[in-house]
Amino acid sequence: MSFLPFAIAIWIFLVGLYGVVTSHHLVHLVICLSVVQSSTYLLLLGIGYRTNGAASIFVDIPPNTKAVDPVVKALTLTDVVVGAAVTALLLALAVQAQKRFGTLDPDELDPLRD
Amino acid sequence: MEKLAPLAVAGPFLIAALFAISMPLSRRRDDIVSIVTASAGVVFVGAMLIDVLSRDVPVVTWVGGWQPRAGVALGISMAFDPLSTSLALLAAVLVCAAFLFAWRYFETPGPIFHALMLVFGGAMAGFCLSGDLFNLFVFFELMSVTAYALTAYRSEESGPLQGALTFAVSNTVGAVFILFGIALLYARTGALNLAQIGVALAHGHADGLVVGAFAFLCIGFMVKAAVVPFHFWLADAYAVAPTPACVIFSGVMSDLGIYAIARVYWTMFDGPFHAHLETLRLVFLLFGGVTALWGAVLCLAQHHLKRLLAFVTISQIGMALIGVGLFSTEGIAAAALLIAADGLLRAGLFVAIGAVIHRTGSVNELRLYRLGRQVPRPLAAIFFAGALGLAGPPFLGAFSGKRVLEHAAIDVGHGWIIVVFVVAAILTAAAVLRAGGRVFLGWGEPAEDDPIPFGRPTGSEVERDDDEAEAETTGAPDTTPPVMIATAGALVAGGLAISLFPALVDKTLDAAARFTDRAAYAAVVLHGAKLPLPDTPNLGVDALAILFGLLSVGGAVGIALAVLSPRHRVRGLVPLRLRGPLRGTYWAVRRLHSGQAGDYVTWLSVGAATFGVLLAAATR
Repeated sequence: MSFLPFAIAIWIFLVGLYGVVTSHHLVHLVICLSVVQSSTYLLLLGIGYRTNGAASIFVDIPPNTKAVDPVVKALTLTDVVVGAAVTALLLALAVQAQKRFGTLDPDELDPLRD
Repeated sequence: MEKLAPLAVAGPFLIAALFAISMPLSRRRDDIVSIVTASAGVVFVGAMLIDVLSRDVPVVTWVGGWQPRAGVALGISMAFDPLSTSLALLAAVLVCAAFLFAWRYFETPGPIFHALMLVFGGAMAGFCLSGDLFNLFVFFELMSVTAYALTAYRSEESGPLQGALTFAVSNTVGAVFILFGIALLYARTGALNLAQIGVALAHGHADGLVVGAFAFLCIGFMVKAAVVPFHFWLADAYAVAPTPACVIFSGVMSDLGIYAIARVYWTMFDGPFHAHLETLRLVFLLFGGVTALWGAVLCLAQHHLKRLLAFVTISQIGMALIGVGLFSTEGIAAAALLIAADGLLRAGLFVAIGAVIHRTGSVNELRLYRLGRQVPRPLAAIFFAGALGLAGPPFLGAFSGKRVLEHAAIDVGHGWIIVVFVVAAILTAAAVLRAGGRVFLGWGEPAEDDPIPFGRPTGSEVERDDDEAEAETTGAPDTTPPVMIATAGALVAGGLAISLFPALVDKTLDAAARFTDRAAYAAVVLHGAKLPLPDTPNLGVDALAILFGLLSVGGAVGIALAVLSPRHRVRGLVPLRLRGPLRGTYWAVRRLHSGQAGDYVTWLSVGAATFGVLLAAATR
């Protein structure tokens, strides 16, 4: 099992985080957040990977065949759904910002600075 | 009863789904259905709690009947132990209170509001009761996403939009941390059940992967709990969320993060980390102490009433984290008592402030000067009772929790932390009392008065008028609905009553002993076996606790009166030489709360790195 998927997962996480921190555009911000989230997909799938393992669909393969871990796939799928919900909600907020205030720059949203 | 247990989570979801697919018929029907559902939730979880207490052993149910075989769990378990069920009950009570309050509060809440609140309530129950690490994460996310949507409920204004954005971005990054932790644990143990992971880790030592997994999980939960420096989103979100949602956010949602840290530690990490408890305590006491003081100092400086209560929340989260961070049975009991008492009191204060907003259409303490006199007298009395309860006078409010916390701190040799939470309690209660004095009694001076004893920097921007509350309600009606007063009164009375019964302290200590016994938890979850409870000491009330209680109340009232006194006696107390640097620091701290998601994530990363390094050092 190579270390490469984990290194790339960390890289994607850091790149996405850098994007979130430096973003000045709401849509860009939301996409960067999706990038951060997608690092977990790679991490999970990397953990469940077995070299030369079959796909974990036990219909037409013998029961004891070496296969990749199906649990992490289920986790990844759940995470994709969660990520989609968050992205959709945040994009809806971005649409509101554009509609009501004509800007997608979070700096111009005039926050409640107390 | 056991078979029906998942209904505590699924019930609200089903009703919420009905709301989502049905056409809005009438406002009245929506309100009645949601209040009935929420009350049924309270009754159901309450019945579960009585059942659990009578059995003296946690009730474990396996969703879909996937029981463990030979101690290997593949199914998903829900664990009803006394503490987790009590927390779920607190959540259910607050959801019910929020619906009662919202009944007369909103002008036009769409059915979506009711659906969101019900999903939120169900997710909180699931989060408390889950015995499975990944389900914990799923309910965490469900809870978070509905909370973002509730915060952005009035998304036509800039405040809620911006608050929901920072809330969502910070918490999503926190959730990614949690998932990283889960992935590492799964990689090591091949299990997702808390008890199963605990068994697998029990005989290993605290190596890099285990420490990393614990750090990731804690960071994610600390973002939700709003521990400094992960807290920035909280003040922005709670200040702008609709008040009924704030009742739940502040009353219980933040505390769930603290609960989760305790849960994952005592079910999974107690084995490998037990040898490092001494140093581990230092790390958590540092974060808890800083949070308690940071929130306390900043809440003194707020004029926006909801934002003020948001910082009160942060400060009290710090106190609860101190309790959990002592990593002892008494510490857990103290945190549980504090969470229950302070949670109910904060929720009651939010309802009281909501009633003021409902009546006057304003949320700014200075603008409300004397306007609070329009609201009925009982509401003012409830507000002051709640504020005093935060300080913990003997046998009321937060007193029991603080008493056990003092014992716990001295027990593990960290008595110094008592100073931190007494100071935090004094400052937070003083801030709330000051706001109450100005709003309800018309004490102090209007607008030009300054909560800061050393003034503003010359040429600083004038404080923005954050009066964003109008659109939420029906404007300024002539009467305050009795249901609001009753709700606030019931919540505050409940919070105060927690410390009235010394027997409750013993019960909580027993429950905490159950909570912190990893072997017994694993035995009941994986083998259905009952292990005997360890003996818990009975704590007597000592003079020290009463002294601290009186000191907190006296200090809080004193500071509040001093700030409200007409001649600015406080300002005279600060030496002239110190005013410049103090003023500079104060404004620098305040500017940190910039309202930009990017800045908050930067602080989150800094905090995560600091926490990770400290944890690694502590477990070497």
